[in-house]
Amino acid sequence: MTKRFPLAAVAVALLLAWIVGYPLLMTLVEALGGSSGGVGWTLEHFRQFFARPDEWIALWRSLWISAASVGLAALVGVPLAFLFERTEFPGRRFLGAVAALPVALPPLVGVIAFLFLYGESGLVSRVVQSVLGLAQPPWRLAGPGAILLVHAYSMYVYFYLFTRAGLARLDAALLEAAASLGAGRARTLFRVTLPVLRPALVSAALLTFMTSLASFSAPYLFGGSFRVMTTQIVASKLNGEVAMAQVEAVMLAALAILGLWALRRTDRAAGATGVRGVAPARRELRSPLARLGTGALGWLLAAVLLLPHAMLLLISLVPPFTWTTEWIPPVLQLSNWAALFSQPEKLRPVLNSLWMAAASTAAALALGFLAARLSVVRKGFLSGSLEWLIALPWAIPGTVFAVALATTFGVSQPWLGRFVLIGTPAILPLAYLVRSLPLTGRGSIAGLRALDPALEEAAASLGADRWRRLWRVVVPMLRPALAAGAGLAFITALGDLIVSIVLYTYDTRPISMEILSSLRLQDLGMAAVYSVLLMTASAAAFLLWMRGEAR
Amino acid sequence: MSVPPFLVLDGLDKSFGGHAVLRGLSLEVGKGEVLALLGPSGSGKTTALRLVAGFEAPDRGTVRVGGDDVTGLPPERRRFGMVFQHYALFPHLDIAGNVAFGLDGRLSREETARRVAAALALVDLPGFERRRVGEISGGQQQRVALARALAPEPRVLLLDEPLSNLDPSLRERTRRELRRAIERVGITTVLVTHEQEEAFHLGDRVAVLHGGRLHQAGSPEDLYERPATRFVAGFVGRASGVVGTLEPDGTVLLAGKGGPVCWPGTAAPELEGAAPGTAVELVVRPESLAFQSPGTPGALTGRVTERRYAGTGTYYLVLLDSGEVEVLAGVSAARPGDEVAVAPADRGPAPRIFRWQNSGLSASVPVARSLR
Repeated sequence: MTKRFPLAAVAVALLLAWIVGYPLLMTLVEALGGSSGGVGWTLEHFRQFFARPDEWIALWRSLWISAASVGLAALVGVPLAFLFERTEFPGRRFLGAVAALPVALPPLVGVIAFLFLYGESGLVSRVVQSVLGLAQPPWRLAGPGAILLVHAYSMYVYFYLFTRAGLARLDAALLEAAASLGAGRARTLFRVTLPVLRPALVSAALLTFMTSLASFSAPYLFGGSFRVMTTQIVASKLNGEVAMAQVEAVMLAALAILGLWALRRTDRAAGATGVRGVAPARRELRSPLARLGTGALGWLLAAVLLLPHAMLLLISLVPPFTWTTEWIPPVLQLSNWAALFSQPEKLRPVLNSLWMAAASTAAALALGFLAARLSVVRKGFLSGSLEWLIALPWAIPGTVFAVALATTFGVSQPWLGRFVLIGTPAILPLAYLVRSLPLTGRGSIAGLRALDPALEEAAASLGADRWRRLWRVVVPMLRPALAAGAGLAFITALGDLIVSIVLYTYDTRPISMEILSSLRLQDLGMAAVYSVLLMTASAAAFLLWMRGEAR
Repeated sequence: MSVPPFLVLDGLDKSFGGHAVLRGLSLEVGKGEVLALLGPSGSGKTTALRLVAGFEAPDRGTVRVGGDDVTGLPPERRRFGMVFQHYALFPHLDIAGNVAFGLDGRLSREETARRVAAALALVDLPGFERRRVGEISGGQQQRVALARALAPEPRVLLLDEPLSNLDPSLRERTRRELRRAIERVGITTVLVTHEQEEAFHLGDRVAVLHGGRLHQAGSPEDLYERPATRFVAGFVGRASGVVGTLEPDGTVLLAGKGGPVCWPGTAAPELEGAAPGTAVELVVRPESLAFQSPGTPGALTGRVTERRYAGTGTYYLVLLDSGEVEVLAGVSAARPGDEVAVAPADRGPAPRIFRWQNSGLSASVPVARSLR
């Protein structure tokens, strides 16, 4: 519509630049020694980084763990997508929805659940140990294998959802054209279906790669001495090697941007034409054996996928130190839950996380929507930089942002826009806000782009002023997208460990930190109680998101 | 039909979810003949084509080609080329990749390139091999789809609404090019369309489908001048009807102002053996009616309700007591509101007589139906 507000756009761009771009820039500057009170510009920190084999190894591990995660996630997710989208069997709809559940689990909660299930004293390990009569637990849930297991479990969903969406959009006429040209099923799959799905597969690969590059919970809890970049950064930071942490953050950010660039490049060639069409019909499984087999396999899959959720619920009902060697916990009661509500110190982290997540989500929603609207309405440099600033926190791992915010807001230089926020209750909500911007902003941009401008013009011709158009036309039309973005932002903040572990203060400790300290104190029941809370909130937000997507 | 049947559809039935879409469709197509399946949406014409292509299996009936029963054969083994409504070009392959898709993989690289070039030359797109699907116009995409379908030298060519996706301005030219390409190859062709003009231009014979049944198959002249059913008379070309009773001499007695009069016509097959006095509808083309001076014997009197200038002629709607008719006449033959006399002209096809089917509507049969 009308091209106004240049001032507002500039103001929003400056605000975003200050909280998103500036901290990253300051990190680079300080890593190069260029800050007041420092030794002056130097490459010394980078020289040290490259001189230490540990650092090289961590960088290499981050890279190969991410690549292997992509491969494993594709191996699980793509066949599942074909099974649920292209065939028809009893229970398909329900099982198809269950298969998307792991993505709704906050990373830390997933890791805890795996620990309870497959860890040395986990339920499954115990069962296997006593069935086989072993003196030792059958395996150790540690090292790269454990990390990859958790990654595959939570990230196959990207391939699964993207491939399903791609298959649903596939024009049936393409498959019929291939058949009429003499191509059999295998040839059609490899020469037509998969190439046409390529954009979806590349998107899933990109998302999996970036997520596992930024992954922190699994390497932190299972890695031990197997350090990847994220855990390496946090270790440096906690050891007080600030400059090294900054260099590592710069290197991880560089790796992320490199990965983003490389994967985007492979996508260049795929030129999908916007031909509309009808999705191919699902193939009804006719043979009773195939139906039975698929059904059994599906329910087994559902059981495996739901086991972590069930396990958390179970452990939350086990009082401390009552479950020792038995298969099944001997005592089940609500004492852990009672403790949560009767002891203020135990409820405190929940309230902390709730208000910080709510505040950061509200701010991210407002800022993301505003930036999106300003960037969609106008064209040119300003619009481009707004969109870029919104998307940046998606590409840069959270650990890097944590270090960047700690760097920028740990000193008081008001003339440089730097204030001491570290140690105050403001830093975590700010960090959550930055991390939430892509979730609320990108959804808003997509929604606003899809909005027919004629609707707003119609409202204007009916006499609605700018605010009325916004509240009565634009916001209601975008509500599903906004609700979905806000829901995801809220659960991400609620369960966040990545930035919290670097920036939290004891008074504003979030749920994730309390889970870690409960684990350290062997209070598994409380850790499970907190995990169940996060799990429930996430499931609710995920359902909201699915509803938004379905529209 | 002089040529022996090459493609035979025999008693095809198909229903989806209990809803019958095709009922006993039987058709024969001679070798090298072009058959157009014409019908409104929902008539079953696309289903018929998909049964022939093998994308759907009939509930009953067979499809035979050159004596072979192909009813149970999957589409990839039928060797039928198909051009899809939205072309279904593979977006991830270039033009050459698309055209070469159906060629035998064992062909040498040079031979494949030669065949692709020949197929592209056939549709007047030489040198388009390395272009991408998104870079060429809709008309060019249509021709690539044709080249792709023809390259493997199929036994039968199937076209699903081949021109519906094009701008009207492009359609006629593309239609001529399509006709020429098919003629050059001389391939047995079945095409589906809802446009009469397209069916008449492209088809050697036209089969009209309605409600899953074949109403008539014949040359365009047959359909226009001797429609077999009331539906064909109304769907093919412009026609209007007046209601009367059958006379012993085969004419139709029409009552009303200026009448009663007897207008001649040819009886549709369904009227064979009908007794005099049967209620019938005389369906007449606009060019088969003319204005007469008032009081002319054999003319009915009515009022002009609408005048429509269409360049090649001017159409007048005249409300008679026995129905509303459309008359083709000179530019200034009458004005709306005028009282005029209408009688059969000594030009145009003879009116056609059908059994009167009271559809519950008034006697004014839908007229002036637009085919667009």
